[in-house]
Amino acid sequence: MVRTALPGRLTWQAATVTAVRAETPSARTLVLDIPDWPGHLPGQHLDLRLTAEDGYSAQRSYSIASDWPGSGPVEITVQRLADGEVSSYLTDVVQVGDRIELRGPIGGWFVWRSAQPAPVLLVAGGSGVVPLMSMIRDRGRVRGRQPFRLIYSVRTPEDACYADELKRRVRDDPGLDVHFVHTRKGPDPKRIDVATVNTYGWPPDFAPDVFVCGPTGFVETVADILVALGHDPKKIRTERFGGK
Amino acid sequence: MMELDGNALAGDLAEVFTVEMTSARFTCAGCRHADEVATLRVYTPVPGAVARCPNCGDVVLTLVRTPTRVLLTLTGTARLDFPV
Ligand SMILES: Cc1cc2nc3c(=O)[nH]c(=O)nc-3n(C[C@H](O)[C@H](O)[C@H](O)COP(=O)(O)OP(=O)(O)OC[C@H]3O[C@@H](n4cnc5c(N)ncnc54)[C@H](O)[C@@H]3O)c2cc1C
Ligand SMILES: [Zn+2]
Repeated sequence: MVRTALPGRLTWQAATVTAVRAETPSARTLVLDIPDWPGHLPGQHLDLRLTAEDGYSAQRSYSIASDWPGSGPVEITVQRLADGEVSSYLTDVVQVGDRIELRGPIGGWFVWRSAQPAPVLLVAGGSGVVPLMSMIRDRGRVRGRQPFRLIYSVRTPEDACYADELKRRVRDDPGLDVHFVHTRKGPDPKRIDVATVNTYGWPPDFAPDVFVCGPTGFVETVADILVALGHDPKKIRTERFGGK
Repeated sequence: MMELDGNALAGDLAEVFTVEMTSARFTCAGCRHADEVATLRVYTPVPGAVARCPNCGDVVLTLVRTPTRVLLTLTGTARLDFPV
């Protein structure tokens, strides 16, 4: 049930799925038409709620993948977890035309504002790339001059979301670099470590704005590495998606 | 039980407060550590969320939702300081 809005407070509303797009064999993007969407900043998320006939309901958060040119659909990208209650429904069952209950935009701390002049280091583990992609898209749209570097850890090359778009953006934009870490398969399988962040991130004296997002354990490892390399903890913003 | 952070509380807190709460600063009543609400360590669902201080591990706030109520306990918070 969608409640009537109280002034200034966030309430639930119904959105319609207008398209679905496979990103990888286990992740897909849902394109959502949300009638009263006020716009969002890159890094924000929305909460989505599924309610069964018997009233049982499950609520989860999903980062917004799209930027906001002033209007248009809102996109989220969902990674299927093998035993996941909500993610498997969103990746396997939901179809174009379905209605979904959600509220947003949510959050104001894990956001990048295009007026921030500092260089930016983005570090993503798995689906943690979603809010960072919104930042990359927003910077591209406003032609931001801040140099961006993305370090993106995925199990295998096939697990990388937005691979073609990232490739195209790196080709066309000298201010954007992307480095992939493959943990299971690929030319040089390994986990993200001090050397990776040191080589493909910005040096601490550049005082970059840093955004780290992904599974909880990944975010903790990366945040520890950044602090050990001398980055100011105040410049490091993290968002934990849960899991190991 | 899953470990998240204060970003995950943003939606529920936005139903209660009219200002954005992940950017608000808490001061831990236990150790006086102060930082943004987004940096709290959040454990869920138990049946609601328990948010602990990243410095000393004390419970800073708990949030329990029922279909008709939100129960927000702030005993571990000495202060909340928000941008307006
Ligand atoms: C602020 C925020 C933003 C998020 N944005 C996204 C997003 O853009 N895309 C996205 O796909 N997910 C995102 N998530 C994670 C998402 O909210 C769900 O937790 C995820 O989809 C799993 O839900 P589920 O119901 O399928 O799994 P559940 O049924 O809740 O859990 C199934 C199993 O998977 C484990 N698990 C739960 N979450 C994860 C995880 N993230 N990684 C590994 N294991 C996990 C659980 O411990 C459990 O063992 C976000 C989370 C937060 C807090
Ligand atoms: Zn404390």
